[in-house]
Amino acid sequence: MGNLQFTEQPLSEWMNRDGNESNIVISTRVRIARNLVECPFPILATNQQSEEVLNQFEQVLSDERMQPFGQLHPIELDDLDDLDKQVLVEKHLISPSLVTESRNGAAFISDDESLSIMVNEEDHLRIQCLYPGLQVKEAWEKASAVDDIFEDHVDYAFDDKRGYLTSCPTNVGTGLRASVMIHLPALALTSQIGRILSAVTQVGLAVRGIYGEGSETVGNLFQISNQITLGQNESEIIDNLYGVVVQIIEHEKAAREKLLSDSRIRIMDRIMRSYGILSYSEIIDSKEAAQRLSDVRLGVDLGFVNVPFHALNELNVMTQPGFLQKRQGGNMSPGERDIYRAKVIREHLKDNLQ
Amino acid sequence: MQCQECGKRPATLHFTKIVNGEKTEFHICEACAREKGELIPGTAGGFSIHSLLSGLLDFSPATSSQASGVKPAENLHCEKCGLTYSQFSKLGRFGCSSCYKYFNDRLDPLLRRVHGNTTHVGKVPRRVGGHIHMKRKLDDLRRELQYRVLHEQFEEAAALRDQIRELEKNISAE
Repeated sequence: MGNLQFTEQPLSEWMNRDGNESNIVISTRVRIARNLVECPFPILATNQQSEEVLNQFEQVLSDERMQPFGQLHPIELDDLDDLDKQVLVEKHLISPSLVTESRNGAAFISDDESLSIMVNEEDHLRIQCLYPGLQVKEAWEKASAVDDIFEDHVDYAFDDKRGYLTSCPTNVGTGLRASVMIHLPALALTSQIGRILSAVTQVGLAVRGIYGEGSETVGNLFQISNQITLGQNESEIIDNLYGVVVQIIEHEKAAREKLLSDSRIRIMDRIMRSYGILSYSEIIDSKEAAQRLSDVRLGVDLGFVNVPFHALNELNVMTQPGFLQKRQGGNMSPGERDIYRAKVIREHLKDNLQ
Repeated sequence: MQCQECGKRPATLHFTKIVNGEKTEFHICEACAREKGELIPGTAGGFSIHSLLSGLLDFSPATSSQASGVKPAENLHCEKCGLTYSQFSKLGRFGCSSCYKYFNDRLDPLLRRVHGNTTHVGKVPRRVGGHIHMKRKLDDLRRELQYRVLHEQFEEAAALRDQIRELEKNISAE
């Protein structure tokens, strides 16, 4: 595959739109998992069966009701080189397991990258919608509308008692996973984060690092998602997540106010040092970059630094290993990446000086 | 032994991966392992929800199952895809939609642990779920009828009763 439009730009078009609470909430993602009743799940499906699944779904996309969602570009994973795959994961357009585990895995990604339909991942079908800021209900409604179109064409595996049948028992029922990526530097700085996050897990939500299951949390970015998919309906799941996130936002805002009133000069010093390091360093690893970017993002909200949020969102993607290597045009060692990362950050900040 | 990735540093981590009976060994140094982990975000550490789930699934219901008449796990398998219950407990994943039917007796405790619940109450597909929609509507109407009767709103209750009869007729006609 030649140049893949989705791996050229760090920022997806949907990220440029305004979202609610976008000084704290980066993005909202909703995905629903569905399977065809007749075919074994991808883990057991033969090559031929998973090809057949892909063909069936491809036909659905020609339904004219799909048009409002924009043009969907087919991407077959087998045709992609490793760097392109990695960049798609870094931009959250496809999941890590579509890369590592799938057979005849494919994705259909909309022009603005806000809709991604994954085929032959852990489940036959995963419909994913991305929105900027906090827009859980909007994302669910869009995913559900796409789901309805698919349902008119194919026979889903569904059971009266268990709901939508999924490959993993953690998704059965609604098959719905809604998640919000949220930046909580002030709660982290004031050591309240542990308490709040453990409270979150007690109301049926999960907290993870930004690349999902098993990944490390860096740069004070957390992904909060529903854990329960059975026994609650979709609106309850959506409302619960939304309600909890709104409360966390309030705590984060209060912590930011408190930082400003109690230790303005110290917090300003920390932010400006981070800004200085990002603007002038020659070598920076991904962990430090994420932490410094988190400081600067806080600095923008507090009015100390004048960089547009979109430039920081771009840097979050641009500093990832896959994207760095893609941009540079080939594989790089971690050491080479640290040097190149510093350069990319310096230049991007300079370009976005206001 | 040298790291098979970089060929420079000594290999300190040794992995064996078995996929469909095919065994692959990896000998790599820590730096390369870190890099590989970094290569595919989300897979670092190799710890997944599935390994956690198989811990949940692997419990032995020895005494309680005999009492409740649940079949012993060793004989249990999905007649459609052939997945055995013991494979399911190791994988943490079902092989096909019929597994839910064949493992049904054992699913309630698992689902209760994971979700605190065993029964779906959410969206129902319109096409395959027509009768479920009607049954749900019937339940809603019956609940509302009870409420109206309780609050002595008999006119509304009578209208609801007629609606329920109509719906019941439709369901039995199907």
